[in-house]
Amino acid sequence: MRSPCRVLGLIVTVVAPALAPALVPPVSAQTYPSATDPRSNLKPGRFDAGIATSNMRLVSFSHKPPQFDTARGLTFINSDLAFGTHYVYQGNFAGFTVWDVSNPAQPVIASVMECITSQGDPSIVGNLLFISAEGAGNRNDCAKGGVQDPKDHMTGVRIFDVSDPRAPKLIKNVQTCKGSHTHTVIPSPTDPNIVYIYVSGQQTARPATELAGCKNGTDPADPTNSLYQLDIIKVPLDHPEQAAVIPGARIFTGLEVTPDCATFCAPAETRRPPRRPGGGNPGDSTVAEALLHTGPHNCHDVTAYPALHLLAAACSSHAILVDISNPEKPVRLAAITDTNNFQSRHTAGFSNDGTKTLWTDEWGGGTGPMCQAGSIMELGGNTIITLSPDHRKMTQHAYFKLPSAQTAQENCVSHNGGLIPVPGRDLYVQGWYQGGVDVMDFTDADHPVEIAYFDRGPIDAPGDTSNASGRSRYTIGGSWGAYYWNGMIYSSELDRGFDVLELTPGPQLSANEIAAAKLVTLKEYNPQSQPKLVWPPAFVVVRAYLDQLVRNEGLAADRTSAVAAALDAAEKKSGAARAAALTALARQVDGYQRGAKDTARVRMMSGAIRQLASASK
Amino acid sequence: MTTTRVAGALVLFALLLGGPSRARGQGGGMTGMSGMDMGREIVIPPGAPYTKADVEFMQGMIAHHAQAIVMSRMAASHGANPQVLKLSNKIDQSQVPEIRIMQAWLQRNNQFAPDTSSWHHVTMSGMLTAAQLTELDAARGVDFDRAYLRLMIQHHAGALKMVDDLFNTPLAGQEVDVNVFANDVVTAQTAEIGIMQRLYKELPAQ
Repeated sequence: MRSPCRVLGLIVTVVAPALAPALVPPVSAQTYPSATDPRSNLKPGRFDAGIATSNMRLVSFSHKPPQFDTARGLTFINSDLAFGTHYVYQGNFAGFTVWDVSNPAQPVIASVMECITSQGDPSIVGNLLFISAEGAGNRNDCAKGGVQDPKDHMTGVRIFDVSDPRAPKLIKNVQTCKGSHTHTVIPSPTDPNIVYIYVSGQQTARPATELAGCKNGTDPADPTNSLYQLDIIKVPLDHPEQAAVIPGARIFTGLEVTPDCATFCAPAETRRPPRRPGGGNPGDSTVAEALLHTGPHNCHDVTAYPALHLLAAACSSHAILVDISNPEKPVRLAAITDTNNFQSRHTAGFSNDGTKTLWTDEWGGGTGPMCQAGSIMELGGNTIITLSPDHRKMTQHAYFKLPSAQTAQENCVSHNGGLIPVPGRDLYVQGWYQGGVDVMDFTDADHPVEIAYFDRGPIDAPGDTSNASGRSRYTIGGSWGAYYWNGMIYSSELDRGFDVLELTPGPQLSANEIAAAKLVTLKEYNPQSQPKLVWPPAFVVVRAYLDQLVRNEGLAADRTSAVAAALDAAEKKSGAARAAALTALARQVDGYQRGAKDTARVRMMSGAIRQLASASK
Repeated sequence: MTTTRVAGALVLFALLLGGPSRARGQGGGMTGMSGMDMGREIVIPPGAPYTKADVEFMQGMIAHHAQAIVMSRMAASHGANPQVLKLSNKIDQSQVPEIRIMQAWLQRNNQFAPDTSSWHHVTMSGMLTAAQLTELDAARGVDFDRAYLRLMIQHHAGALKMVDDLFNTPLAGQEVDVNVFANDVVTAQTAEIGIMQRLYKELPAQ
């Protein structure tokens, strides 16, 4: 059998001169604090591990369903999450679980779908659940036993009908050339019946003998070359069975550098003539080809911000910004690399205003313990990159890594997450595998800081060599992804199950900020398709800004006190009287802008007061 | 080159990894291993989701990684430039835990798990010959940078070939852990080859 999982083309950190900054300013990385962190030395254990939290509390923990709790290694690990109505869809390498979270303190399993599908990343659109399929052992019929015949191989995106969450039905397997490690839903800007699925594959294209039309070419500009493209699936929502692959996004063309290493790069045994079309051993030339063609051609993950028509594509050596105004014809706007060997290769996210992006580096692939005391701080974390207003320039600012050293027993690296809708701040909650769940504040692109966390001790004790229970002494676990959705943080625990967390107030996050975040509700949430966050007019929104101005001393203390008192007084009024009081307050706050240290935030606060005044009439 | 120096680095390395693996059936040691042959028969239990090629891949890649770590740990004492040192440190820190992942997988499946000394006895694609290792160990400063980058690119390309060979073997590479690991090797090492090509180009002309 010819597996599709062939050698990836070579990826380099050299960009075309037009894209390369002439001089990259130094980007700072923090060091681990020398003082003891509450997360250090937590008691190990699968279900009785010690827990440390900051500004967060565990609302509930639910065990994995028994169907997925039967094996060691990665076969049955949980993967990513998607959110719709009152359900959370949790991917698993062997299927998915549908959780009813009507009561987040007590999630209930609506159904467990057994279907071998690594890695199983989900997205939900109405009644359709999309699941990424990549593994070499995934079959069309979901069954165990591996792929004996290439025609049984499923790599691409599965579509399930979940109109009855208790009985999901597989309605279509959409095969793609490079498989689907992850995928991203992008709604058509013009047709509400159409969504596009951008498919990120991690592999080279399958041979045409396995899937017609696939081609591993060497010319990135060749439109028939399936290697140098993001695959795209077009889905008519009323006829999902007609979902089909359309020509892919050619966002890599021009990132290729002129190879000059043919004389020294390839070991002699791999220096073979290119494969003849339609013949020869398919393995003969792959490595040589990879060494000669050195541009990126795969993304690990792409994050869309449909409201801004932007896509942040995390493509190994390159962080790529793409215009998706026409999702069928995406256009690359900018690309950037890193001089510290950071591979912007995993996931990206935007600030709500779209001026900043963050990128993660999954150093060690998620299975390595890359947050130990001696681990390189520039690798395996996040980096913050700002966008110029015309989106043609990306500027790297700082690195952020989980500021608590983890043990050698804990696989740890930055992983998936999403924004927390606190107005006026850029807060990103994410899973760090066994590093736990962490909230990073990247409002200041040059100084991202941690403001909340949840962490368990390692699953395995150090030196636990016992195989008696059938468990490895190095069990892979922790949070695959952690996301804020309608007031709670949901975290997918690879090995243990499903966590629900809630933010709690502290010096770095006030009760008003938490309450303001809870006002933003999303009926559907696919984190890789980032929604624009909008806050309704509310006193807590104004008070959230006010708390921030108190915290950062962005406005003089007598003035913040005056605003607080005026807000209290206005809240006691109603109707036109309240509107009049708020309008007067807004004017007063406008006057505070001059001389304030944080003018922008004062302006945001007066805007929020005006909104509230309008809503009070 | 001094064999002692390499051996010294290896002892330290073995200590860092917690010593030789405690694999079932390891018995009296590593003598008799050569090439892909780990010196013991590979028995695949009926119904296992993996193949002999998967076991050989995991065993062979331990030796392959172990040699890359020995090469990388020369950088600090051989006058590598800061960029090369940074990259060698990354390769070192990346591949140490990967060896542990491979050993854990082999142990979990009751297969022989080689330890980090296996690179002395096992020759996998792209691995340095004794002469190449001598050349690397004798080099200093920019000569070391040049030799390290050239030889590590060769070494990484060999790892890519090992993955390619694995996936070209019927039914191999499907077991989930092996599949994920092999794909991770490709992702990490292709990117590193790119970095090494850039660093090589930036070296002063000979």
